[in-house]
Amino acid sequence: MAKTITLEVARYRPEQEGEPAFENFDVPLNKDWVVLDALNYIKDKLDGSLSYRWSCRMGVCGSCGMMVNGEPKLTCATFLTAYDPGPIRVEPLRYFPIVRDLVVEITDFMSKLKAVKPWIVRDEEKPISEGEYLQTPRQLDNFKQFSMCINCLCCYAACPVVGLDQHFIGPAAIALAQRYNEDSRDQGKEERMDVLSQHDGIWGCTFNGECTRVCPKNVDPAGAIQQYKIKAVTDWYKSLLMPWGKK
Amino acid sequence: MDTSAHDVLLVGGGGAGLRAAIAISEFNPKLSVAVVSKVYPMRSHTVSAEGGAAGVIKPNDTLDEHCYDTISGGDWMCDQDAVELFVREAPKELLRLEHWGCPWSREPDGHVAVRPFGGMKNERTWFAADKTGFHMLHTLFQTSLKYPSVRRYDEWFVTKLLIDDGQVRGVVAIELMTGRIQAILAKSVIICTGGCGKVFPFTTNANIKNGDGMSLALRAGAPLKDMEFVQYHPTGLPFTGILITEAARAEGGWLLNKDGYRYLQDYNLGKPEPTPVLRSMELGPRDRLSQAFVKEYEKGRTIETPYGHVVHLDVRHLGEKKINAKIPFVRELCLKYQGIDPVREMIPVRPVVHYMMGGVSTDINAATPIKGLFAAGEAACVSINGANRLGSNSLTELLVFGARAGLHAAQFASEQKEGNTAAILAQAIDEKRRVEDQFLNKTAGRESISTIREEMQKAMEEGAGIYRTHDSLAKAAETIGKLQERFKDIAISDHSHTFNTELTAAFELSYMLDVAEAIIACALNRKESRGSHQRTDFTKRDDEKFLAHSLVYRNADGSTRVEYLPVTITRWPPAERVYGK
Amino acid sequence: MKQSHAYTLYHPKWYRRRVSTWWWTQQWRSFKFILRELSSLAVIYFVALLLWLLWSLGQGEASYRNFLAWMESPLMIAFNVIAFLFVLYHSITWFNLAPKAMPVRVGGKRLPDWMIAAPNYAAWVVISVVIAWFILGGN
Repeated sequence: MAKTITLEVARYRPEQEGEPAFENFDVPLNKDWVVLDALNYIKDKLDGSLSYRWSCRMGVCGSCGMMVNGEPKLTCATFLTAYDPGPIRVEPLRYFPIVRDLVVEITDFMSKLKAVKPWIVRDEEKPISEGEYLQTPRQLDNFKQFSMCINCLCCYAACPVVGLDQHFIGPAAIALAQRYNEDSRDQGKEERMDVLSQHDGIWGCTFNGECTRVCPKNVDPAGAIQQYKIKAVTDWYKSLLMPWGKK
Repeated sequence: MDTSAHDVLLVGGGGAGLRAAIAISEFNPKLSVAVVSKVYPMRSHTVSAEGGAAGVIKPNDTLDEHCYDTISGGDWMCDQDAVELFVREAPKELLRLEHWGCPWSREPDGHVAVRPFGGMKNERTWFAADKTGFHMLHTLFQTSLKYPSVRRYDEWFVTKLLIDDGQVRGVVAIELMTGRIQAILAKSVIICTGGCGKVFPFTTNANIKNGDGMSLALRAGAPLKDMEFVQYHPTGLPFTGILITEAARAEGGWLLNKDGYRYLQDYNLGKPEPTPVLRSMELGPRDRLSQAFVKEYEKGRTIETPYGHVVHLDVRHLGEKKINAKIPFVRELCLKYQGIDPVREMIPVRPVVHYMMGGVSTDINAATPIKGLFAAGEAACVSINGANRLGSNSLTELLVFGARAGLHAAQFASEQKEGNTAAILAQAIDEKRRVEDQFLNKTAGRESISTIREEMQKAMEEGAGIYRTHDSLAKAAETIGKLQERFKDIAISDHSHTFNTELTAAFELSYMLDVAEAIIACALNRKESRGSHQRTDFTKRDDEKFLAHSLVYRNADGSTRVEYLPVTITRWPPAERVYGK
Repeated sequence: MKQSHAYTLYHPKWYRRRVSTWWWTQQWRSFKFILRELSSLAVIYFVALLLWLLWSLGQGEASYRNFLAWMESPLMIAFNVIAFLFVLYHSITWFNLAPKAMPVRVGGKRLPDWMIAAPNYAAWVVISVVIAWFILGGN
């Protein structure tokens, strides 16, 4: 028989159990398989009741973030062979309430995302008939990196502040705010600053840097937050020194 | 039974659905919009689209040329009035998305940049590097957050359309988090659930692409149109089926057989030139390129791998700088999933099921024959894609017809009064009972979901793949028929009310079986070869008999019947498809 | 199906794992992070020490001698060495993080991190040498 590897999968069945426990499954150690393929093998062949989210299997839909041996990972991009001889421990994303098995509750993130106004704010809309807003490749480059976030929430599972303070807006949402702030077409910086200069916003961040380290898309949320802090401080000094200036 | 009510309800929250939601809110902010989606909107499959979205914006391009490319690409199966409207609306919709913040790639002077694409005479594909779908979806989703009238039902799974007196009145859906089964009533409903690639074993499509909306509409009495036209994308990675975008060829990539020979020159697609030539060679249409692969395989000139035969896509000569600037996602995907670096190595590729030209039959206003029921995006067939969709038309399509569906569904809803709620609720209660008795609480059952799914996929690939015959299709029809029977004896081990994904997998399988049946029925009846539908027993296009759309219905006894609807021709009479000249 | 008492049909029962007070001891990375956060106490300490020095000077010679005597005690020397190591750690982590907080773009391209960190280190060394020269060379 071909070589196998053991997956220790966190199970939580709220209708029967008070807390999560691990269940072991042996799956074939196929060199082309990622952790997600192993979970699918379990669901199809061993235990149809295992619950988890997945969709695109190409690292862009952001559904399949889980803890693999204690690290937040996109399971569709995490090969089994990297953990040979195992075992591999698969758990739901840390710091989120667990709904069932590997599924976590993310509506809290969804409301935080909305709170930072992740859309273009304009004082005046330009009519479509007048064509596009001009934006040079360099202007695009200013925010491009922050626009690559797939909302997989690996950064929330890596951030100790999220673990300690559930009101903290968190890395991905702040990075997205910064994505719009840095967009040359946007005029909503001040509105977003009102939300983000709060205690639960940028100042909650202790610059631990874990969010950037685990980000599968190289978005660098930690960088976004520190840049935001510098901007908030310079704005504050400006308003102190030049109180007559525009807010 | 729990119920809620809205003016317009969208089944599906991807590109088309979100565009429709915004259109409704802008039409009348007082209309209440429900977006019912089995996944969070940003997980929708629009996210995976890579190459770009077509729209005429440059001075050297014309609307008529976009029309012609689309119509000839579709082998004259497109409705030409729909194509003309689509092409006219396309640039406006793409600009609107620009105003909402979509990070389109730019020219040095700040104008939006365009790139060439397969089957196109001019460069007219707008792109956001090679993550265009991702950026479009996130732009639409984030923009939709600012409209308070949009109420999202995230992770709700629709099991039935509620129809009373020939008019749609809402849906029954399961809230995955709680297991609650609820009737969500609405005055109009838009189906925008995308495609159904998972009917086949090897596909670029995400796990969620199970033809949910197509099957729901079919069961409700609406016809599906042109289901036999299944697009194989010529360049997918073996094993994973991950798409390597057409942009890789548009930027200058070559397709090579095992001898390093640009084999497309043998298939009437033009002469090999060192730099890309529009509508020629690697920039031919997808159907012709996928068919050429099969011919190469038959000649023994492909490369054997553990995951089937492949050819090579070579982009090495483009250099690292261009690859990083124009197709960075291609490099990322190859490095992460295939363990090769396209800067230094050739990419193994093979044709892979990518897109359904067919779908729920709609008119030019996205309306289906059922009153109040609309459809848009890949789930719908207007039809602008004909027998073969041109690359980069689908992202634009979901904007143009998503907006149109939103507008017309909103207008329709505004004119409606309350219907017969009692009758609808009775129907909803029946449906709740069906979900509970036949799925959730079902204890007996011997058939495994994954086994039936695998057998269905195998039957579809063998019977309704790139080349088909009467015999292969008839065999597939028989297999699918048996699988439909076996499905009734499905085993469900999970009886939990909390995020029961075995339950949803069972429903998805039942949807896919319906769609598979529809594809085969249409393919069996179309005794000609056109675009992506190639019959080895009828190798010629037959405009006399088959310049018509297939409409497949479900009869009361569960069997299917196929009718025909003439193609609308306005200014481009049927002609031969010519590439490479 | 057997159901536990706490579960009510159609009402999700989420499981929240409490974060342990000792979470930072579980990974070397988080331990280093907490050390970095703690090192700011050493910075505060040195500021206080400096203020005390200035205050002693202001109180006259006896007071200043008293201060120096304090500083010469082995306990204080040991404590100051430890505090100094913490401040050193604080400075190094600070400089290493600078490129993240202040990315510099030249010609549309982001400068590599070391090119932003290096001038910080260089300035640190130069200023330290100048101060050392003042204190030691001034004798």
